[in-house]
Amino acid sequence: MTQAAPPKIRIRGLKKSFGTKTVLAGVDLDIYPGESVVVIGGSGTGKSVLLKCILGLLEADGGSIEIDGEEVVGLRGRRREEINRSCGMLFQGSALFDSLPVLENVAFGLLARKEIDRKEADATALRTLAQVGLDASVAGHFPSQLSGGMQKRVALARALATSPNIIFFDEPTTGLDPIMADIINNLIVKTTRDLGATALSITHDMASARKIAHRIAMLYQGRIIWAGAVAEIDDVDDARVNQFIHGRAEGPIQMTVEV
Amino acid sequence: MGALQALGRFTLGFIGRTGRLVLFAGSGVAHCVRPPFYWRNIVRQLIEIGYFSLPVVGLTAIFTGMVLALQSYTGFARFSAEGAVAKVVAISITRELGPVLAGLMVAGRIGAAMAAEIGTMRVTEQIDALTTLSTNPKKYLVAPRLIAGIIVLPLLVLVANVIGIFGGYLVSVFKLGFNPATYLQSTVAALTTEDVVSGLVKAAVFGFLITLMGCYHGYHSKGGAQGVGRATTNAVVSASILILCFDYILTELFFAK
Ligand SMILES: Nc1ncnc2c1ncn2[C@@H]1O[C@H](COP(=O)(O)OP(=O)(O)OP(=O)(O)O)[C@@H](O)[C@H]1O
Ligand SMILES: [Mg+2]
Repeated sequence: MTQAAPPKIRIRGLKKSFGTKTVLAGVDLDIYPGESVVVIGGSGTGKSVLLKCILGLLEADGGSIEIDGEEVVGLRGRRREEINRSCGMLFQGSALFDSLPVLENVAFGLLARKEIDRKEADATALRTLAQVGLDASVAGHFPSQLSGGMQKRVALARALATSPNIIFFDEPTTGLDPIMADIINNLIVKTTRDLGATALSITHDMASARKIAHRIAMLYQGRIIWAGAVAEIDDVDDARVNQFIHGRAEGPIQMTVEV
Repeated sequence: MGALQALGRFTLGFIGRTGRLVLFAGSGVAHCVRPPFYWRNIVRQLIEIGYFSLPVVGLTAIFTGMVLALQSYTGFARFSAEGAVAKVVAISITRELGPVLAGLMVAGRIGAAMAAEIGTMRVTEQIDALTTLSTNPKKYLVAPRLIAGIIVLPLLVLVANVIGIFGGYLVSVFKLGFNPATYLQSTVAALTTEDVVSGLVKAAVFGFLITLMGCYHGYHSKGGAQGVGRATTNAVVSASILILCFDYILTELFFAK
């Protein structure tokens, strides 16, 4: 990774609260071109909120997010749409359109750009489906007819079909069996490499993080408390990071368990 | 003090919600007139709202026409004005009962379904997904529904008018012993263009209100299945109340000279 280049995404002091509840309390994070960064952190720490703020799906309360040097906090309208065009997003719950068959789900982003016709879009969609290991026989199925793992793969295909140069993956392997999780991890590594894309992923799964990340950042209490290369994570002094990567209930991180 | 505070909070909340609704309606209408248009979605909604509402609206209309003939016959007998039955049926159906009852039936059917569908899309993040796929969700989801509602409700009401008047005819001719030809003649003589047109304008407004409420409550639903359920109820209740309220306003505009 040549870190001399300016970051693709530069986040400074990002804040977001819901009512009185502060979720992000000043996040700083740089993601360099072609890099794959994984954000880890406990449930409910605001990882999904972070992604939604970057994509403009939620409005940040304060701070700055620059994509390719352009400030996107508070950006709306046409310019925001143009920036989102270069982004792909895999949602935590897949978020497939359940009124449309698989093929149309995957072709959706391609057709929305109005640059190619339906036939070309369908061909690209089928090719992307093949990349994620799904053949043409599922193309006509509706999302509700697929298993959770297949839905994830369709959602992955949908995120990749437009060849985005920034891709966000929100918990791509949660809820999958270990083998399918590994298949998805490999797909993410391979497809982002093939596209030369910059990737920001979220996961609680350390095996998955080690596999897909160049760098890992840990979000805790609304801030990034540690960020560094994958190889360094086992030598970190921070007790909170240690607790998380080894998955121990005892330690400085106290999960509030509501009864 | 407590009561005053509560009143203040209620007023502010009400103004806030109304403002949000008006903004939503405004941006929805703006998307209706600015390209791109999602023709496929518009056609789908036309069929969903129009074609599939035909049985409900038709049944409502025929019974309304029948009951109207019977009621006005027995009621008017007191003033020996039974001859007015055809006129009463024709005018009440076209001006008032056709649009209002069709509107209320469609509000129940479509308002609920629309709020549930869009609400589910909201809570499962499909609306966010649209945004990330270079598609404006209001243009894709809201505008086609508004357009379809405005176009299709007048058509439904036209059908309801015909069926309702036919219902009145059936009862008058076969039960009350009116002469078929005279009955039809007095129906045609009673109707003015204004009666029919005012009813159709009402229908278009109701179509807008029904789809707007379905979209609005669905679009802003939160909190999983329960939130979607609440959105569904709110859509139907608010659409029904707005229909009755705008029915008065429009009648006032048309006829109170
Ligand atoms: N639209 C919203 N309105 C109110 N609160 C929200 C909203 N979205 C998220 N939150 C709150 O923000 C916090 C962080 O949510 P988020 O979904 O980002 O968690 P997460 O880190 O992705 O967790 P998980 O790993 O379980 O997905 C949660 O406590 C949640 O209640
Ligand atoms: Mg999440």
